[in-house]
Amino acid sequence: MNAKRLFYLMLREAGIGLALALMVLLFSVLAPHFASLGNLTNILTQISINTVIAVGMTFVILLGGIDLSVGSVLALATVVGGLVITREGLSPPLAILLAVLASTAVGMLCGLFNGLVSERWRIHSFIVTLGMLNIARGAALQISNSRTIFSFPELFNEVGSSAVAGVPVIFLIALAVVLAGRFILARTVFGRMIYAIGNNEEAVRLSGHAPARFKVAAYTLCGAMVGLAAVMYMMRLSIASPILGVGFELNAIAAVVIGGTSMSGGKGSMIGTFLGACIMGVLNNGLLLLGMGDFARLIVTGLIIVVAVVIDTYRAKALLRAAYEQAPARTEAAP
Amino acid sequence: MTDLAAGPDVLAFEGITKRFPGVVALDGVDLAIRRGEVHVLVGQNGAGKSSLVKLLGGIHQPDAGRLLLDGAPFAPRSTIDAIRAGIRVVHQEFNLLPYLTVAENVFFERLPRTGWLVDFARLERDAAAVLAEVGLDVSPRARVETLGVAQRQLLEIAKAISTQARVLVLDEPTATLAPPEIHRLFEIIARLKARGVTVLYISHRLQEVFEVGDRITVLRNGRVVETLRAADADVAGIVRRMVGKEMGEEHPFDASVRAGPELLRVEGLRYRGGRHGLSFALRQGELVGVAGLVGSGRTETMRALFGADPAAGGRVFRAGREVHIRSPRDAVRHGLCLLTEDRKAQGLVLDMSCTVNITITDLARVSRAGLLLPAAERAAAEGLVADLGIKTPSVDQLARNLSGGNQQKLVVAKWLFRQAEVLIFDEPTRGIDVGARYEIYLLLWRLAAQGKGILIVSSDLPELMGICHRILVFSAGRLAGEVARADFSQERILELAYLDYVGSAGRPGAAPPPAGAPAPAPVPHTEAP
Repeated sequence: MNAKRLFYLMLREAGIGLALALMVLLFSVLAPHFASLGNLTNILTQISINTVIAVGMTFVILLGGIDLSVGSVLALATVVGGLVITREGLSPPLAILLAVLASTAVGMLCGLFNGLVSERWRIHSFIVTLGMLNIARGAALQISNSRTIFSFPELFNEVGSSAVAGVPVIFLIALAVVLAGRFILARTVFGRMIYAIGNNEEAVRLSGHAPARFKVAAYTLCGAMVGLAAVMYMMRLSIASPILGVGFELNAIAAVVIGGTSMSGGKGSMIGTFLGACIMGVLNNGLLLLGMGDFARLIVTGLIIVVAVVIDTYRAKALLRAAYEQAPARTEAAP
Repeated sequence: MTDLAAGPDVLAFEGITKRFPGVVALDGVDLAIRRGEVHVLVGQNGAGKSSLVKLLGGIHQPDAGRLLLDGAPFAPRSTIDAIRAGIRVVHQEFNLLPYLTVAENVFFERLPRTGWLVDFARLERDAAAVLAEVGLDVSPRARVETLGVAQRQLLEIAKAISTQARVLVLDEPTATLAPPEIHRLFEIIARLKARGVTVLYISHRLQEVFEVGDRITVLRNGRVVETLRAADADVAGIVRRMVGKEMGEEHPFDASVRAGPELLRVEGLRYRGGRHGLSFALRQGELVGVAGLVGSGRTETMRALFGADPAAGGRVFRAGREVHIRSPRDAVRHGLCLLTEDRKAQGLVLDMSCTVNITITDLARVSRAGLLLPAAERAAAEGLVADLGIKTPSVDQLARNLSGGNQQKLVVAKWLFRQAEVLIFDEPTRGIDVGARYEIYLLLWRLAAQGKGILIVSSDLPELMGICHRILVFSAGRLAGEVARADFSQERILELAYLDYVGSAGRPGAAPPPAGAPAPAPVPHTEAP
């Protein structure tokens, strides 16, 4: 592999991984306590929820769509799950099982709605999910009477704070979701169709497929991930509340974009998204330990997102150039 | 327009070289354009015509060599530089703002003002004058999005000549124009020439270049082959210089192919917006051409048949059994496939590999329970790539990196993978150079010999006559007739193609002649407004 190829590779996942490693190294030196075991565990827990949502978001963004409703849907899913789990007369394991099913179902229904409406009436998902952002938040407040729900079964809360060999269970769940997402994208017919539709929907349609089915499925899958994230969030906080998840859509989108997935669809990877979520988490945590206030951290995080997109654009151009250089002599002259 | 302008050189290219990654687009081009002449550039795709135009327009800069304008070095760094120097380029791709009005588009760079405000009264008056000059009959207030393609082309030309350009470059201006409009364009060019404007004219339509040009320069592989006086040249000579060798029999047809049982029958098929029901049939091993002017409903009918656009009525029978096709999905299930004219936008997923593009038509064959089988996929793709002779370093190569001809073969490969029986080709050789065309023809014959039924929509009449068993001729949304191979003649086919445009309904903007046709049939010009 020559230096140039290596350089392009660096701009891909490896590059994101490298950026993450540098960031960890930097904070380890600069920030007191950053490198402690306790803090690393802390980071892993913190990024888990966003990671799971971002996995769902990756499917949608690969299609060239977006889901702005994930934060509100998460709140709605916690409220519904919370009401189920605290219902009188259910044994704790049954209550937990039903709550998980209920939360996931709520997420899926919202995703299904997003997908069906945007496909049936050909409305950009930006608008449909913007509507869902309000609908789900309103429904969450309505159903819960804008009250916080708590006193979950002990078993449930314990899972949220337990660890296996020092690794938080919540993070293990997130990791499993990432790997499952990666498998779906890389190895299944569904994943193949997601990439192909994101690249050229019309060509896929004229190849004898119904892209709408795959797209609706992707939105529903995204909703399912949000439902799962809601359960994990409830475990961690031991509460359910209609005001949870505000702004989560932006963190998820940021993780996906920092991870190198193109906002216009068709290009990206699950590992990238995971690394993107890690970068967001490490950055937040490290800056906090450096004593930076909330406001300043917002500014820095925002800048990092913009820089990531700029790098991504540059990378797209570089890769295109590389493609031209590798291409066999062509008859078409002008690029 | 045959009188030779023998003015001094207004523009000279000296040793111009331009490289793009992987390609030498221009290789030491020396070329002089005389003041007041109409200079035609011809050459195959990739010969360097467009690159030359882009250098002149300031879009690209040469890697070596220089441009002289009136004897002085001229190095435009941008479109603005070129325009300031009096060079106006009308590119193949339109450069219009669809949501603004016609008048605003014409004068976009120099809107007349009163103080801070646009002087709309004057704008419309000036625009109306320019529109009249090119004979474009639309309101200056019309929004460009409401204009047809031919009207947009004329608008681009209006925009260019409104600036009092000294050098006007027209890149494939007639690609979208109907005969009356082409005729008008030639009149405009003659008027400009009389005013001393120099015109650099690029066209694929060899017949028209003799009509409009004073001198013809043939480019091949980024080099100038020769510059000839139009009066001294003929089509065969030009083609020989473009190709670099004598072309043999261009379409040797294998007549041994025998048509088998009926594969497809269409009864009263009506595309949305079409007024007539169309009926035809296709048998195994048959190559059936579909001729007609652009806008005669050829493409619309094929798209309706395939379910790409919903049909407004009619019945379709596959092997004698009625089938209902409401979407491409239905069509593909019934063994139909459509190879669209626009391969890049509709036929291929450009940024994915050859493998992905081939297997996408039938993923069930290379998967188990929704899981892809990479080895099976690869084997299938490699088999087809080898079988069709697709030139690519590997099946992992992105479709984008293939040449036009190989991209077309890739589209064929994906439908062979699906084992489609009825193949509908829309302009299969458009944008493909001569050598690769021949390979496509061979492929079509081979498919027919294997028992596929093939419908070919093409604007290139000699092409259809060379490769088809029979030709269906569309005219103004109607199936005007069918011509059997024994009766093939350009006159007969063109007569049918113009049948419904003569003396009545035909909208002038909807009827450019098939490319490659000789001088259009005598009748149609009579209705030129």
